Amino acid sequence: MTYYADIGGHRFAWSSLKHLLAHATPQRTGDDLAGLAASGPVERLAAQHCLADLPLKVFLDDVLCIEGDDVTDLIFSQHDPEAFRVVSSLTVGGFRDWLLNPDVTGADIQGLAWGLTPEMVAAVSKIMRAQDLIAVSAKIEVVTKFRSTIGLKGRVSTRNQPNHPADDSRGIALSAIDGLLMGTGDAVIGVNPATDTIPDYIRICDVLETIRTQLDIPTQHCLLGHVSTAIASIAQGAAVDLVFQSVAGSTKANEGFGVTLPMLTEAHDAVRSLGRAPAGSNLMYFETGQGAALSADAHHDMDQQTMETRAYAVARQYSPLLVNTVVGFIGPEYLADGKQIIRAGLEDHFCGKLLGLPMGVDVCYTNHSYADQEDMDVLLTVLTAAGVSFVITVPGSDDIMLNYQTLSHHDANFIRNTLQRPPAPEFEAWMERNGVGTADVKLPSIDSALGQLRLPAA
Amino acid sequence: MTNPITPPATIRAITQARLSRNAPRGAVGTATSLAFALDHARAREAVHSELDVPRLTRDLAQAGIEHAIVISAAQHRDVFVTRPDLGRQLPEDQASTLTGFGEVDVALVLGDGLSAVAVALNGAAFMTELNTRLTQLNLRCSPVILARQARVALGDGIACAMGAQTVVMVLGERPGLSAADGLGVYITQNPTDHTADSARHCLSNVREEGLPVTEAVAQTCELIKQMRATGLSGVALNQRLAIDALPEN
Repeated sequence: MTYYADIGGHRFAWSSLKHLLAHATPQRTGDDLAGLAASGPVERLAAQHCLADLPLKVFLDDVLCIEGDDVTDLIFSQHDPEAFRVVSSLTVGGFRDWLLNPDVTGADIQGLAWGLTPEMVAAVSKIMRAQDLIAVSAKIEVVTKFRSTIGLKGRVSTRNQPNHPADDSRGIALSAIDGLLMGTGDAVIGVNPATDTIPDYIRICDVLETIRTQLDIPTQHCLLGHVSTAIASIAQGAAVDLVFQSVAGSTKANEGFGVTLPMLTEAHDAVRSLGRAPAGSNLMYFETGQGAALSADAHHDMDQQTMETRAYAVARQYSPLLVNTVVGFIGPEYLADGKQIIRAGLEDHFCGKLLGLPMGVDVCYTNHSYADQEDMDVLLTVLTAAGVSFVITVPGSDDIMLNYQTLSHHDANFIRNTLQRPPAPEFEAWMERNGVGTADVKLPSIDSALGQLRLPAA
Repeated sequence: MTNPITPPATIRAITQARLSRNAPRGAVGTATSLAFALDHARAREAVHSELDVPRLTRDLAQAGIEHAIVISAAQHRDVFVTRPDLGRQLPEDQASTLTGFGEVDVALVLGDGLSAVAVALNGAAFMTELNTRLTQLNLRCSPVILARQARVALGDGIACAMGAQTVVMVLGERPGLSAADGLGVYITQNPTDHTADSARHCLSNVREEGLPVTEAVAQTCELIKQMRATGLSGVALNQRLAIDALPEN
């Protein structure tokens, strides 16, 4: 099948839907690197014109066109024709207009979630400006729950990320307390481990469990080790609230993470069997990011933003509590600068929300990107306008384990005070009880934390 | 009875996280804000720094070590940063300058990577010591190849051009916010133009406060001996060593 657009007497043509989607994508270095990008702005706009006129229905065919890809199979098995009926006669451009129509409510859009495929969602995002992505996302309220309730309108949650390069128990505890003193951690207190062994997994879970129970915090914790380590640790009695895994949009890309869909199902069953959460709670946590598939040479000639959206089909299969894109972590060969990172953050958030996910964003960058903390201020502010579920914070924006910069715990003050977005209601009440953010805070200080917390022996 | 107060020096020894001494209720203070911006500026400067070829060649010459200079297909710093594929490619006209050095067992490559600042601090010292130790092991080393706009895999093409079975690629690691002077050492046996990353051994954070040069050189030599004895490197070598370490039944 060939797709055409005539612009100013010149005919542009694309040999496949995949090819067209890649050319219609707003500029980013990862698609240049993959040799998939439009040759220039006019060709890109021609592709966007062509895309806008396509019926949404064309995306009900296999777009990736790779034999035996189980993410493609999952996308088809998830599709709900009944839910899709509402927009089934629209073009991609007509769908954009429908989403932006003030008479179309957040509930209308949410009712559509399982009727949409990732490729439909990626397609419409490509012809939407930043403001459009914000306006539609802001209508949608995706609520998930464990000990805290995440995603309520008018609130922004935070992940407190107390990483340490040697997984030192006391180092993790100090970092976590630093954040709690500034009111972060209502989405999760989540550690990226430097090691991936079962004893370390169990020990770090114990550290986080001690902090949570001793300070009676209405939140959940998570160790972001590999899902197979989580399964083994659960079998040995680890205190696991949430199981984490990085996921991507093709079988081969998931293999690059050493993960399969049956492994995720097994992990979901295992963590549920612990019975730590109230009935009906969400128990999984996923991270994604544009460029992950390309870096694993598993993008199958599909643009990085569409591949990213396919990863959300994997995530939504497991009713997660939290999902976030690690948007600027991958580096300038995928997202060159602040402009590309900001756009990608808004796209990922929009696409995730449209597919029904509790979407957060790791607002971040590396030192070889053309980006700085000011770009992160802008991205945080626009994501808050868009109703982001949660963002990630560390002491002084400096992640000393992963060696990149994300938001700081101080930014939680900015979110609450300037942007007027309190955290989850249960956590907000806990902050009030403990005087967090006042001169009379009842939590241990940094100086007294190690003396007061009953941390497990290292 | 534990002291309920942890002294600041103890806290600093436990973690380098940028903790706040007391829980601030607003934005970061001016001094902290500017200190952070300065750290970032240093890291950015390191990423954009270029190999100081005159100084490196002088230092190597003083140690009696020959050198050659190549540049990857990336050519310029801005291209290098966004096109890692080009930073891995050795253009034909560069490869052709690497012939005529005689039989070479180990190719020694010193590249800028993502921090030429790290190379300026410890690059020549590492190569000088490595050259001495390998020569003592009766291995023939190449001249030190100074590689500009270089990613790790550029060393593979260099080794192939010189007919070396082993390549040691030393380059500046991506700068962190607190340190921009870490060197990475990548050692590969039988490199080809499609060597997988899993077929390499890597020593990272080679710097005064991390893995010191002398220790890193010793580890590198030990790995090279094992690689040349087995013909393997990376995961395959680790697996072989793990099997060899099993007790016999």
